[in-house]
Amino acid sequence: MNMTLAEKILARASGRASVVPDEIVVAGVDLAMSHENADLARKSFLEIGVARVWDPSKIVIIFDHRVPAESEKTATTHKAIREFVAAQGIESFYDVGRGGICHQVLGENGHVRPGMVVVGTDSHMTTHGAFAAFSVGIGATEMAGVWTEGKLWFKVPSTVRILVEGEFLPWISAKDLILYIVGLVGADGADYRAVEFDGPAIRRLSIASRMVLTNLATEMGAKAAFTPVDETLLDYLRPRCAGQLERLAPDREARYERTIHLDAGAELREPQIACPHAVDQVKPLSLVGDVPVDQAVLGSCTNGRLEDLAAAAAVVAGRTVHPRTRFLVIPASQQIYREALRLGYLETLVAAGAMINPPGCGPCVGVHQGILAASETCVSSTNRNFLGRMGSKDSRVYLASPAVVAASAIAGKLAHPAAVVKEKEPCLIEV
Amino acid sequence: MPDRSLKLRGRVCAVLGDNIDTDIIYPGRYLNITDREKTAEHLFELAYPEIRLALQPGEFVVAGRNFGCGSSREQAAAALKYARAGAVIAASFARIFFRNEINLGLPAVVAPQAALACAAGDKLELDLAEGRICNLTRNEWIEAAPLDPRAVELLAAGGLIPYLKRKYAA
Repeated sequence: MNMTLAEKILARASGRASVVPDEIVVAGVDLAMSHENADLARKSFLEIGVARVWDPSKIVIIFDHRVPAESEKTATTHKAIREFVAAQGIESFYDVGRGGICHQVLGENGHVRPGMVVVGTDSHMTTHGAFAAFSVGIGATEMAGVWTEGKLWFKVPSTVRILVEGEFLPWISAKDLILYIVGLVGADGADYRAVEFDGPAIRRLSIASRMVLTNLATEMGAKAAFTPVDETLLDYLRPRCAGQLERLAPDREARYERTIHLDAGAELREPQIACPHAVDQVKPLSLVGDVPVDQAVLGSCTNGRLEDLAAAAAVVAGRTVHPRTRFLVIPASQQIYREALRLGYLETLVAAGAMINPPGCGPCVGVHQGILAASETCVSSTNRNFLGRMGSKDSRVYLASPAVVAASAIAGKLAHPAAVVKEKEPCLIEV
Repeated sequence: MPDRSLKLRGRVCAVLGDNIDTDIIYPGRYLNITDREKTAEHLFELAYPEIRLALQPGEFVVAGRNFGCGSSREQAAAALKYARAGAVIAASFARIFFRNEINLGLPAVVAPQAALACAAGDKLELDLAEGRICNLTRNEWIEAAPLDPRAVELLAAGGLIPYLKRKYAA
């Protein structure tokens, strides 16, 4: 056989021996996730007029975009979804204070296993390729169709393989690697395609770091993205998932549209920054120039995990956030929040002058909890810097790694962590 | 909305560049609007508010590569539909946005040269099933990709909801 991961999963889910790129298949859905936009899907579902969802055990609903409700309108939406969830017998429901950001919650609670077909009403569904699932974002009306039929049509994507070798330098993280790649291939460099990340440098990454790669793959247009199934992944999944875990791998003779070879040590000499107003406007930090920052944001489905909070805590420990800068920290989930409390990271961050926001999407989607005024500048560990994304259309967002965000909060301007932490540099922070 | 012949005629309202993202089409702050018709009030609000004011029913929005990149928010496609755009013609679309348009019954046409081959005010004739665009103003053909049969079926039904409604009505 000669199939990529995406082809293997779609072939099986559509009951075929094999598939090839551009073929249209109808695949069964193993898991269907929504957040607040479940309300749009709910309305479409009611319009279709079917009484019951196809399988309530395969639906997960997680509130994260507006938690806790920031307005009466959102409170009403939350209430309508709660009532729908109860009426349909959907048990996997994470209400305010129970879960956190949808992608983190799905992963850490073992909802996703290798080989699954996962759909969700969120563009960062690609994240779940870190668990070797074919996971794609869809719109709300399409979700109503999935709730009705439990299946969906897909065009089989061709696959781009990205092989990474070499050692990451100190202060360089998965975020720098993926920003570099998005800059290299462009915002539509993987449009309609699947991406497989592999190679020794990828296999040394934690699951949290692999989720950064698959998460941001959507910013190059990827339909789905994957990191390998190895012992690191199986060790992560075993305590979380019931049942057999498949050691899914692409075939040796799998056909790739393109293979990109990178050396993390040689190519990532310094932190990478995505400049306003596009994720593919990527430059090494030293070429960005002097950029004072009004707000620094650490969080999101991209970089709000324990190792991210640890990296930030290591940078700010014993230091104080610059007077002109507001530093917002958002643990990605309640579980991460508790762990970060237990390990003292939040103590360190708050002592430095950070404000801790509740687990959720917060200011990343420009709704609440840290909106930018006109002419303000933000450095953020999140995933999008589009015009007006985090507030005023005259604000500017620079995307960076957690360590750079923390260093910039201390310096009051875009800064290299090594310039802030002048002592002997810590290497990778063990979590 | 296209009729059964899947042919459309109309004027170009605006020609936009590459990578028009969903925050540009429909800002995140309005995502709690779930009444689809009301989404039209915020179409292109941050960057191109003049397009919403100028857009006449049935007119086309033309763009470069990767139109609709970013968020999966269906409101971006809904805002265009309920502002009464006749179709979006782009060199390429981000995939979730493309599906959202078709699912809502708004034609999305891939035409690599469209942004270079027409200007605001030009009159176009589209044949969605055949994948043909004629710029009637310039009397020139613009190469376009025929829609996938699945998409044609959904557009002919008026979108995914009416399609499924009919399927499960029995």
